[in-house]
Amino acid sequence: MKKLGLIAATAVMSVSVTGTAMASATLDAVKERGYVQCGVTTGVPGYSNPDDKGNWKGMDVDVCRGVAAATLGDADKVKYIPLNAKERFTALQSGEIDMLSRVTTWTLTRDSSLGLNFAGVTYYDGQGFMINKNLGVKSALELDGASLCIQSGTTTELNAADYFRANKMQFEPVVFDTADQTVKGFEAGRCDVLTSDQSQLYALRIKLAKPDSAMVLPEIISKEPLGPVVRQGDDGWFNIVKWSLFAMINAEEMGLTSGNIDSKMKNSSPALDRFVGKEGIKGSGLGLSDDWAYQIVKQVGSYGEAFDRNLGMGSPLKIERGLNALWNKGGLQYAPPIR
Amino acid sequence: MQNANKSPSSRVPEQKTRFWHDPAKRALAFQILLVLVVVGFVGMIVQNTLNNLESRGITTGFDFLSQQAGFGITQTLIEYTESSSYGTTFVVGLLNTILVSVLGIIVATALGFLMGVARLSNNWLVAKVASAFVEVFRNIPLLLQIFFWYFAVLQALPSPRKSIELLDTFYLNVRGFYMPQPVPQEGFGLVWLALVIALIVSYLVIRWNAKRQDETGQRFPAYWTASGLIVGLPLLAFLVSGAPLEWDHPVLKGFNFRGGMTILPELAALWVALSIYTAAFIAEIVRSGIEAVSKGQTEAASALGLSQGKVLRLVVIPQAVRVIIPPLTSQYLNLIKNSSLATAIGYPDLVSVFAGTTLNQTGQAIEVIFMTMLVYLTLSLLVSAFMNWFNSRMALVER
Ligand SMILES: N[C@@H](CCC(=O)N[C@@H](CS)C(=O)NCC(=O)O)C(=O)O
Repeated sequence: MKKLGLIAATAVMSVSVTGTAMASATLDAVKERGYVQCGVTTGVPGYSNPDDKGNWKGMDVDVCRGVAAATLGDADKVKYIPLNAKERFTALQSGEIDMLSRVTTWTLTRDSSLGLNFAGVTYYDGQGFMINKNLGVKSALELDGASLCIQSGTTTELNAADYFRANKMQFEPVVFDTADQTVKGFEAGRCDVLTSDQSQLYALRIKLAKPDSAMVLPEIISKEPLGPVVRQGDDGWFNIVKWSLFAMINAEEMGLTSGNIDSKMKNSSPALDRFVGKEGIKGSGLGLSDDWAYQIVKQVGSYGEAFDRNLGMGSPLKIERGLNALWNKGGLQYAPPIR
Repeated sequence: MQNANKSPSSRVPEQKTRFWHDPAKRALAFQILLVLVVVGFVGMIVQNTLNNLESRGITTGFDFLSQQAGFGITQTLIEYTESSSYGTTFVVGLLNTILVSVLGIIVATALGFLMGVARLSNNWLVAKVASAFVEVFRNIPLLLQIFFWYFAVLQALPSPRKSIELLDTFYLNVRGFYMPQPVPQEGFGLVWLALVIALIVSYLVIRWNAKRQDETGQRFPAYWTASGLIVGLPLLAFLVSGAPLEWDHPVLKGFNFRGGMTILPELAALWVALSIYTAAFIAEIVRSGIEAVSKGQTEAASALGLSQGKVLRLVVIPQAVRVIIPPLTSQYLNLIKNSSLATAIGYPDLVSVFAGTTLNQTGQAIEVIFMTMLVYLTLSLLVSAFMNWFNSRMALVER
């Protein structure tokens, strides 16, 4: 009798365990199609930019690759769709892309009224100003009356207006549709200042004909948490994108890299066993194969690796980890545990 | 109906025709049915869209129009600050669209007529230059022309500190063309009054002259008189009231010129590109209009001893205009719609400001695009209506 009860209980349990995987229409569509459609920028070095062979590279690109590795077992199965700032949300809402990974700031309006969900923060940024060195300006507070090159459809447009108004200064907004046009306007002297998220200023600076002629001012005038975005209403897919990013961050915290994960797996530890899908809930909660997190780290790498090769010291941008260091190294990057 | 020739008494209980046997009523019924189906269908689509938007968590409605916009716009014809509403951004964008369209239509018409007439010139060089103009500008995509004027020509101008100056009052640099702005002082009202009087008197003189010419055949230089009045009278008033006008001069302060009036390079590039592109088409329309007037007309007029200029002005143009106006109207409509390419170079027109930034900041794509389409539709209908009215006036002078 007892035994029977136990069997029944296990049966119910196992049903409910498999039952936790949310059915995800997007996941089904991705599997059937064989690749993830990921919205990226039209070209910002370090975030998403095609290299000279036409392969997309960058921090935002690596998030797309992570999702492809987790869902399809192959990080290369991504189709990149370049979008300017104005096009990005419509592309996501209308289903043209499965996810948006394009230096997009998480704000209340976007999260609550566009039918979108932000799946986390890949980079904690803030808005800054880039200026021609020979103007001799040292602080943003000296910018009264300046012309600002801004990209249309961004939080940048709003922050700039707020900042100048709060400091009782005037400015002339010169608004362009793409990063390239904005850079061109800045180079031609149409504006004195190029303003955007500070990390992207470093990125756009290396696009200038003479990068040394421009400098980034010290002021940061806003909070710009940038992260991947999905459509509302597909919680299963939302979880997948969210946990793909968390897996990368957790991997860094656990000291895993694409190079060492195989050797580390030889000495099992409870946390590592759960991470690589040997123990615990494995892939069933997300509706993925058990080694989803292993595939992300093996094929794409940890958050730290991705940061270093795209934005950090291993890249031309040489951006410090700063706020984007792990929480136990003085930064803000913190991911919930995989268990 | 067959009963019509029977006795009057039988008319009342007449054998009833079923309404579907009566062609007029049947047609009416079908029309009502069709309208109901169309209305129902549209209603269904609207309802369906609203439901879908709601189930996807996308905000709908027009409430956003009264929310604070919070972004800056370079060129505003009405008072606008960052704390104005999204509704105001709509008006600002609309006025900027109208501004560049009106400026474009004026220059395109003038240049187009000039080139069209020049193509028919007996002077070989003039005719060839005009046809080269038409062929070049008609065949290069408009967007490329806009980029050419903006990036290749205007962005090659010097920085504000190295501006090209003219007479110490006009400045040209990569940020625009700066000029003094007239600021009317107390007493300037008299000048406006004088202008209104001059306009009324001129109108009366021109009408009197036309009537007199009809009756007696005598002519009076009415147009010269009118021009004289319109310039002279306000000028006189201006001097009498002690020249109550001051000029606000642009001065270089910090990064930019301040004060005065500015033509932004975005406006200039768009204006030039739209005018030249459309002028190339108008030139062809004008040429074909003039060629449509039969040679006999010109010869007869010359035989009467009219000078070349008068032949053109009194005989050819009035007849050509009737052929020209309908296709000219579509060129005007094209120009208005093409002005939405503004967004490519950041001129703050309706599409760039409202269907661009406002749409993006609020996320209310359907409402914003609906309003924008409605604007272009309304502008086009207004222009068509005006041109039709003008055309019917031209057509009626036939005697
Ligand atoms: N984080 C801001 C700004 C993002 C943004 O669009 N930045 C520009 C930098 S100039 C960019 O990446 N443009 C690239 C493109 O349009 O392809 C937002 O979400 O609104």
